[in-house]
Amino acid sequence: MRTLIDVRNVSKSFGGVIANHDISLKVPEGEITGLIGPNGSGKTTLFNCIVGDQLTDSGSIVFQEKEITTLTVQKIARLGLLRTFQQTHIYANMNCIQNMLISVPHRTEKYVDMFRPYRREVYERVDELLEFVGLYSKRKLQAGDLSFGQQKLLEFAMALMNDPKVLLLDEPTAGINPTLINGLIDRLKRANKELGITLFVIEHNMRVIMNLAEHIYCLAHGELLAQGTPDEIQHDQRVIDAYLGAH
Amino acid sequence: MKPSVIALYVGIVLAGIAAPLVIPNYTFQIAVLWMMILFALTWDIMGGQMGYNSLGNIFFFGAGMYISAVVQVAQFAPVGEYTAAFGAYQVEFTDAQYYTGLALGIVAAGIGAIFCAVILGACVFGLRGPYFAIGTLGLALAAAELVGGWEWVGGGGGISMPVFPGDPDVRSKLFYYIVFVLAITTFGFLRWLYTTRFGLAINAIRDNESKAEAMGLHTKRYKTAAWSIAAFFLGMVGAVFGNMVGFIEPLEVAFPTVTFGIFMVAMSLLGGKGTLWGPVLGATLFHVIKELTWTYLLGWQWVALGALIVVNVVFFQQGILGWAMDRWPEKFGIVVEPAHGEGRAVGAQEAAR
Repeated sequence: MRTLIDVRNVSKSFGGVIANHDISLKVPEGEITGLIGPNGSGKTTLFNCIVGDQLTDSGSIVFQEKEITTLTVQKIARLGLLRTFQQTHIYANMNCIQNMLISVPHRTEKYVDMFRPYRREVYERVDELLEFVGLYSKRKLQAGDLSFGQQKLLEFAMALMNDPKVLLLDEPTAGINPTLINGLIDRLKRANKELGITLFVIEHNMRVIMNLAEHIYCLAHGELLAQGTPDEIQHDQRVIDAYLGAH
Repeated sequence: MKPSVIALYVGIVLAGIAAPLVIPNYTFQIAVLWMMILFALTWDIMGGQMGYNSLGNIFFFGAGMYISAVVQVAQFAPVGEYTAAFGAYQVEFTDAQYYTGLALGIVAAGIGAIFCAVILGACVFGLRGPYFAIGTLGLALAAAELVGGWEWVGGGGGISMPVFPGDPDVRSKLFYYIVFVLAITTFGFLRWLYTTRFGLAINAIRDNESKAEAMGLHTKRYKTAAWSIAAFFLGMVGAVFGNMVGFIEPLEVAFPTVTFGIFMVAMSLLGGKGTLWGPVLGATLFHVIKELTWTYLLGWQWVALGALIVVNVVFFQQGILGWAMDRWPEKFGIVVEPAHGEGRAVGAQEAAR
């Protein structure tokens, strides 16, 4: 199986705080890979480094055999590597349809495209995806007026609209009510199977990540602690210690 | 479009055409009103729709005015000698020469202003929020000082514009109609622009620029284009206004930061920023109030205008249209729609849970 994202010996520190130390991991194409670890273990920092929000101190990040370590956020996004945020990032004063429309891929956008109206297929795709996440009836509401959970769903739909190759999800279920979580897991799996989008997911909810991921990496204190299938991770004594604070 | 909307547009255009014929004494005032509308509309592209509060947009107005003056003069006389003579250097223009000069001047002003916007944009678009506002304010103030020290374009003494070759009445009507057409064109252009991807892109930058970047949007491209569009129309109207007053100088006419420069912000805020009609409404109301206070409250006119701005900003931040939108959201299409069709019903049910 082809490796889509290859993180090689990445280190990142903020002053004296070592957020990531010599981390190497691989995200295989077409799979769902999980990233877990206690609070402050460096998961979000690693995401930030991968998508170009922060520069690494050392090490390199390769996406589809292309070195992306020093590229800007926008260029990496246009390559098809997208992330969603822990706190929702949506366009609050635009309605859901507009939020979706502006999320079309910008990979091949030329100057004239800036001034073109959208094609019919794009509107149909918006309807489809809003339906997929269950926001169709709210499509004309301002995104800022939606509940937190709905905003997360909208953000997920916007990411799908962008037609990415791989999606980095930072705690997709945090703040979502438990009954909606099952629906979300189902949708993430469908996005992976039906649309062929590789997922790399940070998650604190163990039930969710064990259900979702095929391979899990565990970080603690900025270092890679363990990796393996959900089953192996669940029974790894080091992981259990890290979560219970023995580390 | 609904018939009532079409009637509104036709009514406004007819009123605009008829105004100088019906009330000729107010031709200059109404020309300035159209200019104010153009000011507010162009400020709102960045300030309202894109969330970049520029306090220096007046720079393009002055730049256009000077570019046009230089172009108009340079065709028939050496610019340095012309400006050094402070109006004593008389050039005899034929009618055709005057009008070609004017037309070229206006076009050059628009294009020159775009160049300025692209270059300055590269310098200031790294700034966000209040820093961008202050940076652009500095730009306009510095421009006035720099032009004031530049002898070739007349320095602080300014330039007497080429004299209109015809009747004063024809002159005021001509400039009135040019400003009128510019304002209407600006409105029509923006009305179209906000329906394209461009409109959504600059709204996205306003709401969450880092998200727009994370989604791969070409933010720099959109920001530069937005400022260039504002600059283009401001530059052209600056060229016309310079000819309309007949004499230009840097501080009061070309780069009036504390009057026109601030008015354009105040007008957009009054009408409701980030909407198409807000700036139009705000500019009209503001100009009328301003002229009334200048007539009936002379001596207190700045106090009255200041009070209006304070009340607006403190109690009424979303402006007239913004308030109306909060009050009657359904009139602006902000509604929960019952889903229709089989597949859609499923999605709607889940969302309702």
